[in-house]
Amino acid sequence: MSALLEVDDLSVAYRAEGGDVAALRGVSLTAQAGEVIGIVGESGCGKSTLAAALIALLDANADVTAGEVRLNGRDILSLHEDARRKLRGRDIAMIFQDPMTAFSPVLTMGDQIIDFQQHTGLSRAARRERARQMLLKVGIADADLCLRRYPHELSGGMRQRAAVAAALMANPALLVADEPTTALDVTMEAQIIHLLRSLRTEINGAIVIVTHHLGVIGELCDRVYVMYAGQVVEEAPVDDLYHAPRHPYTRALIACDPGAIATRQGVLPTIPGRPPDLAAPPPGCSFAPRCPQADATCRSTAPPRVRVSDRQAALCHKVVP
Amino acid sequence: MTAVFDIEALQVDLPLGGALWPRLIGKAAPRLNILSDITLSIASGESLGLVGESGSGKTTLARAMLGLMPASSGTMRFEGAPLGSRASFTALRRQTALMFQDPVASLSPRMRVGALVTEPFVIHREPMGNRRERARELLETVGLPAAIAERFPHELSGGQARRVCVARALALTPRLVLADEPTAGLDVSVQGEVLNLMSGLRDRLNLSFMIISHNLAMVRHVTDRIAIMYLGRLVESGPTAQVFANPRHPYTASLIAAEPHPDPRRRRDDLAIKGEIPSLLQRPAGCEFHTRCPRATDRCRVEPPALRAIAPGWQARCHLAEPEPT
Amino acid sequence: MSFAAEEITEELPPPGRSALGQLLRDPMGMTGAILVITFIILAIFAPLLAPYDPIHIDVRHKFQPPNLAHWAGTDQLGRDMLSRLIWGARVALGISMTATGIAGVLGLLLGLVAGFGPRWLDAVLVLFFDSFSSLPMIMFALAVITVLGPGIPTLILVIVLVSVPGYGRLIRAQTLALKGADYIQAERTIGASSARIILRHLLPNVVGPLVILLSMDIPVVIMLEAGLSYLNLGVGPPTPSWGNILYDGYTSLRSAPYMVIAAGIPLVLCTLGFTFLGEGLRDALDPKLKLRAAR
Repeated sequence: MSALLEVDDLSVAYRAEGGDVAALRGVSLTAQAGEVIGIVGESGCGKSTLAAALIALLDANADVTAGEVRLNGRDILSLHEDARRKLRGRDIAMIFQDPMTAFSPVLTMGDQIIDFQQHTGLSRAARRERARQMLLKVGIADADLCLRRYPHELSGGMRQRAAVAAALMANPALLVADEPTTALDVTMEAQIIHLLRSLRTEINGAIVIVTHHLGVIGELCDRVYVMYAGQVVEEAPVDDLYHAPRHPYTRALIACDPGAIATRQGVLPTIPGRPPDLAAPPPGCSFAPRCPQADATCRSTAPPRVRVSDRQAALCHKVVP
Repeated sequence: MTAVFDIEALQVDLPLGGALWPRLIGKAAPRLNILSDITLSIASGESLGLVGESGSGKTTLARAMLGLMPASSGTMRFEGAPLGSRASFTALRRQTALMFQDPVASLSPRMRVGALVTEPFVIHREPMGNRRERARELLETVGLPAAIAERFPHELSGGQARRVCVARALALTPRLVLADEPTAGLDVSVQGEVLNLMSGLRDRLNLSFMIISHNLAMVRHVTDRIAIMYLGRLVESGPTAQVFANPRHPYTASLIAAEPHPDPRRRRDDLAIKGEIPSLLQRPAGCEFHTRCPRATDRCRVEPPALRAIAPGWQARCHLAEPEPT
Repeated sequence: MSFAAEEITEELPPPGRSALGQLLRDPMGMTGAILVITFIILAIFAPLLAPYDPIHIDVRHKFQPPNLAHWAGTDQLGRDMLSRLIWGARVALGISMTATGIAGVLGLLLGLVAGFGPRWLDAVLVLFFDSFSSLPMIMFALAVITVLGPGIPTLILVIVLVSVPGYGRLIRAQTLALKGADYIQAERTIGASSARIILRHLLPNVVGPLVILLSMDIPVVIMLEAGLSYLNLGVGPPTPSWGNILYDGYTSLRSAPYMVIAAGIPLVLCTLGFTFLGEGLRDALDPKLKLRAAR
């Protein structure tokens, strides 16, 4: 059986004044139905570009230089704009960091969530009932009141719940959540994580969580892709990622997270240096300048993708299978 | 250790709606209570963490401490001297610094970094010698190259802007620095750099810090004491390590439990805290946390709890909090 | 603890382009700047550049179409059109730039005071702005001219009175928006005085939009001056102004159509020049746009 979602050697570059910037460099990933996939990395690693590619909504100045994104075997990036828009309404849904941007400020929640089901051909009353049910399902107790409200009249947590409900209305095959909890307080974050986790049994598709927050990944995902400088540097099941990370960057990233440090530290660990300039990526491993293990080979030759197990692989010279 | 900043029973109210009409008819304007019964002190060289959800009044407290928000009642003292008059706050601002949540937005956009970091000297007419030389020194202290002095704030990265704010805050070697979400928007690998820089400078210059944040994991590592706020009241304050090990207020406990763990083996399936922070316009009766508290009793719904001493320097505002056995 | 270890290795981003550099890269802004500078040079050096005395009457050579001696022809009194147009630039720019300059400075001051000052002062100033801008401009101008009599000082006074409220309101709105900005709050926390905040931090951030508005208003003022002069309510003869040249041309439209054309060309070019410059400045001065271009 082929996977629900397959990203195959995808490269995306942004046209810029001083030359092209390679935002994604040969990214491959797969997701089966029912899986929750995490994509984690720091700012500028390309995770947002990847999220945009997954929902076929790349910026106008972005070029797909190689590879494809296949949903149910169909390449979605080569589709015509109309077909892509239909795809986003039905097969692909998304949740953004700021739910305020997902809703129009001049329409009530009801107008919008009911409208999301235009293509179902149901009567308005039936659509309203479905919207009500969905809001109840995401934990909004007073669904009728919520449908009458405008987006700014809801709290941040409530809006994010409504955004989840709206995303699920079409029963999508793929749900992409870009930093779904970053704008929320810890307590709301925990509630949204709880909600997303309870929903995975409800939807028949795959969920992709894009975030910089290792805690969210740890709480929510089955498999994780770690990105650095436009590449997937490690893929692993979530337990192996946290307990047997193989790529030096993954290890450094986990070590830096204050949430992962059990005892109080006076000096927090950091990763010295900065990611490379993607307008001119280095010839060797892009992490080599910051890597404690790097040697001459790392700096001169691109690293191979080493399979450690059938579900874990790292892009590193130093990893032995 | 002597206290740098002392707050006693501070209350802050805001006039609600148009204040003009009630004043004309000679009635007291309706007021919204933002902060109440805040008693807190920051010792010299200490780093205090102020934690709570958005809307709990953390930032308001910081602003009230610097006189940017008028206090309705209560007293505040800086190094023993009472605060209240305009002159006292003007003098206070020479000795304190507030670091804003958004570093780029808190730097005047049409001034260059060099002018920005040396501005405190100009404002307080402090001798600084050669301005360019002083800017270079300050930037060097926070690990920035001298060339950055010629840049405008919008040309900096998040981490660089954060360092410029640190340099500016420390220009006149203040006694107390209030930092509002000092790591918001930073990547984890950069977050550590900024925090290490701050604690290094704290040790070297014997500064006191108040770190306002909702990031518990970070607060745990960089603060000595922690104060937790809920709806404008302190619900618990005490030594960071002890509060984290054995939180006495259920709200503290649920905040700690709600933090997502970067470890799938420690996933929790139950929800630590349900519901949302109530509106300040409709404060719950009794204990204000009872609407979300897993341990609420009938008493909690009626009787507002007072702060109870758990151990020296450790207090909790909960009927159920038991003192530490001695 | 060693701070050398904290030294960051991050490379500095390349410095952003200056507003001027940005303006000159924009073809429209460049065109505007060239036109405006040309007219300013014409206005300043009119006595040197004009081939003839603009008020020298030579009835023997009246109504000459453009020729080698008189590039733009002569008018009904035989005066050299080109010389009159060059001197006209002096009148047009002199009046419009002086008037908008005065109005801009007044608007800036009043707007800052209204936006940053006490609330009662703000209320008084807003009342003043609103009542002035509710007067119909042409009627108001005619009324003032009737009372004070036509002439250049009256013209400037009318223009200042008509434009100050608009500038004041723009600056007030900008000031109010920036008053709550983080960096203004930050300046307060480090103890900056109100005067310092207004002069060092508000002023540089509110003048941008005003400069843009001013440069786009200059053509409006030139047109107003031309219009009033055309109605014989502005600059009186024999002083050459584009308005009264246009009027002279209009009366002899059938016999000498080149007069209207010749007088219209500098008016159109100058208007376009200032408008383009304004558009270019708007793009160049907006820090957000600049940031986007740099990314």
